[in-house]
Amino acid sequence: MDILKIFLYLLVYPGLLFLFVYSTFVEWVDRKLYAKFQNRMGPMHTGSHGILQPIADFVKLMAKEDIVPKEADKKLFNAVPILALTSVLTAGLLLPVWHFSDTFQSATSFQGDIIVIAYLLSLPSFAYFLAGWASASMYAAIGGVRVLTLLFAYEVPMFLAILSPAVMAGSWRLAEIAAYYQANPWHLLINIFAFAVAIITLQAKLERVPFDIPHAETEVVGGAFTEYSGRKLAMFRLLADIQMVVGAGLIAALFMGGFPGGLIPGFIWFIVKTLVVVFILSAMRAVTARLRIDQMISFSWKWLAPLALLQLVIVIFLKGYLQ
Amino acid sequence: MSTFILPVGPQHPALKEPTSFRFLVDGETVVDADLRLGYNHRGIEKGCEERTYIQDLYLLERVCGICSNVHMTVFAQGVEKLMGIEPPKRGLFIRCLMGELERVHSHLLWLGVAGHEVGFDTFFMYTWRDREIVEDILEMVSGNRVNYGMQTFGGVRRDLDEMQIRKVLDGIAALKARTPYYLNIGASEPTLVARIAGVGKLPLEKAVELNAVGPTARASGWKSDVRQDDPYAGFGEHIPFNIVTDEGGDVLARVVVRAKELMESYNICEYILKNLPSGDIRVKAPRKVPEGEVVSRAEAQRGECIHYIRSNGTDKPDRVKVRAPTLANWPATLYMLRGGYVADIPIVMAAIDPCLSCTDRMAIITDPKGNEKVWDWETLRQYGIDFYRKRGIKL
Repeated sequence: MDILKIFLYLLVYPGLLFLFVYSTFVEWVDRKLYAKFQNRMGPMHTGSHGILQPIADFVKLMAKEDIVPKEADKKLFNAVPILALTSVLTAGLLLPVWHFSDTFQSATSFQGDIIVIAYLLSLPSFAYFLAGWASASMYAAIGGVRVLTLLFAYEVPMFLAILSPAVMAGSWRLAEIAAYYQANPWHLLINIFAFAVAIITLQAKLERVPFDIPHAETEVVGGAFTEYSGRKLAMFRLLADIQMVVGAGLIAALFMGGFPGGLIPGFIWFIVKTLVVVFILSAMRAVTARLRIDQMISFSWKWLAPLALLQLVIVIFLKGYLQ
Repeated sequence: MSTFILPVGPQHPALKEPTSFRFLVDGETVVDADLRLGYNHRGIEKGCEERTYIQDLYLLERVCGICSNVHMTVFAQGVEKLMGIEPPKRGLFIRCLMGELERVHSHLLWLGVAGHEVGFDTFFMYTWRDREIVEDILEMVSGNRVNYGMQTFGGVRRDLDEMQIRKVLDGIAALKARTPYYLNIGASEPTLVARIAGVGKLPLEKAVELNAVGPTARASGWKSDVRQDDPYAGFGEHIPFNIVTDEGGDVLARVVVRAKELMESYNICEYILKNLPSGDIRVKAPRKVPEGEVVSRAEAQRGECIHYIRSNGTDKPDRVKVRAPTLANWPATLYMLRGGYVADIPIVMAAIDPCLSCTDRMAIITDPKGNEKVWDWETLRQYGIDFYRKRGIKL
C-alpha cells in the first residue's frame, strides 16, 4: 500500500501528471489575466475559452523540427533541458501538499527541505546559463550571462525572505512551518514585507516582465533559448510553467498557511492559494516595463535585500517578545 | 570581457524592416555603432522616371506604409508648382486634414511601439486599440486604412459630407479624452520612466550639427517644423497651431513631444472641420508638365520630407529624388547609441520612429583606377551558382 502511495505521489499528485496538467492550466490563467489587463481576449479557440491552448502549443512544439547548431556543444546542449526540467519536477515533490503530518517524515518531507526546494528552483538558472553557453550564439551568450547576473541580484533577497517565516516557526521543514501558521494564523501578518520581497523575487526567478531581461526579445532575440527549437524548447517552456506552479506553491506554503485538511481540502487550498499568487504575478507583468540589468541589481540590493533583513530583525525580536 | 561585435540585423526582432547595425560592445556598453543601408532598396526613384506623373503619384504613395499620404502630398505640391496651378481652399484644408489624421495614427502607433521595445506590452495594446478609432476615420474618409490615395494634382479626390464631418469630430473627441492618460503614463509610470529618462541623449547643439528633423529635433529643444518654416496646404495663414518642443533631449522627451503633438493635431483637425470653406475640392490639371525643377517639402510625422522633381516638358519626370525623414535622423541616432547600454539599443533606435524602406538607398563605390567590373545578369547569376557550388551546395 505504501509503495502504491509513493508511486501515486511521484506520478499523479503532486508528481508528473498533476504538475503537467496544472502548469498548463496556470499558463492559461496567466495568459487570460494578462489579456484581460490589456483589454484583449487571450486564447479563445482551443477548448472552452482556449483552455487547451497551452497543451496545444506544447504538442505543436514537440512535433517541430529539432535543430542543433553545428558549432554547439552537442552533449551539453541536449542535456541541459532535461536537467532543468528534472530539477523543477523534483522541487514539486517537496511541496507539503498531501499526506504530511508534523511527525511523519519521508523522503519528500524532512528537516531542511525548504533549503533543498530553494536550491532546486535555482538550478534552472544555471541550466539556462549553460544552455546559452553551449549554443555558440552571440545572443544566447549574452542571455546566459544576463541570467547569472540576474541570479546574483534576486537570490540573496529571496533566501532572506523565505527564511523569515521559517525563523518565526522555528523549523526548517515546510510541513511544520505550514502547521505553525495554521495554528497561529495571525502570525502570517508579521511576514508581510518578506511576502512582498518573495513575490517580487519569484517574478525575477521566473524571468517575467519587469525582470525578463535575460530573454528580452527586442534586445537579445530569445536570450539563452535563441538556438533552441522543437521538443527542447517545449521542455524549457514547460519547465517555466512548472517553476511558476512550484514557486507559487512555495510562497503559499510559507506565507499563506499551507494546504491543510488532507487530500481533497488540501488540493482545493493548493489551487486557490497558488492562483492568488499567479494573479499577483500576472498583474505585476501587466503594469510594468522591463528594467535594465543595472537597474535591477541596484533595486535588488538597495531595496529588496534591506527590506528582507529588516523583516528578519522584526521576526527575531517578535519571536523573543511572544515567548 | 573584452569588446566584441554584436550584429543587429539585417534580421532582428527589434527591427521591423531589414537594415544592419554593427555594435562594438564591451560587456553591456556600446562603444561604437555603425550602420549599413541598402537591404530594402526598391528602385522607386528610377521607377518614377519610367511612369507618367499621375502613375508616380500612386507609386510614391507606396514609399512608406505609415507616411503614405505625406509622400503623395509632397509630390503633388511639387508638381502643382511646376504646372503653375493652385488648389482651391477646400481642397487644401482636406489635404491638411489627411496629413494630421495620419500624424495621429502614426504617433499612436509609435507610442505603442516604444512601450513594446521596453517590454511594456500593456501600453502597446492600449494605444493600438485607440489607434483603431483614427484608422476607422481614415477608412471612412478615404476608403482605405493604409494607402489613402486622397491627393491628386490640383487638390484632393474625395469630399467630406456633413455626416462624415460629424463622425470625424466624434472620433477626435474620443481620442482627445484618452490621450492625456497616455501622456500621464509615459511621463510618470516608474519602470517606464526608468527605462527612457536620460537615455539616448541628444543635446541641442548636436541635434543642429547632425541635422535631426521632426520630433527628434523638437525633443532636443529645436523649434523646427516645416508647417511653420515653410507653410503649405493652408498652414500658417489659415490654420493656427503650436509647435511642441521639450528641453530634455532624451527618449522621455520624445515620448512627451509626440503625446503633446497628438493633442495639437486634434485641435488642428477640429479647427479644419469647423472652418471648412465651401467650394470645389480640386482644379483640373494638365497632362504634361512644363520644363523646370522644384524642391517640395512637408512635415511628415517623423520630420521633414523632401522631394526634388525635375521635369522635361513631357508627361514623365526627368528625375525624382526622395529624402525621407529617417535618413536625416540616422547620424543623430548613431550619436545617441554610442556610450549607451545594449539594453537601450532598441528603444533609442525606435525613438526616431525609423522607417527603413522609405530611406533605403544603394551606394556604388567606384574604383578611381577604373578597374571596376560591370556585371550583367548572366555573369551575376553564374557567380551566385559558383558561390554555392564551392561550398558544396548542389543547385
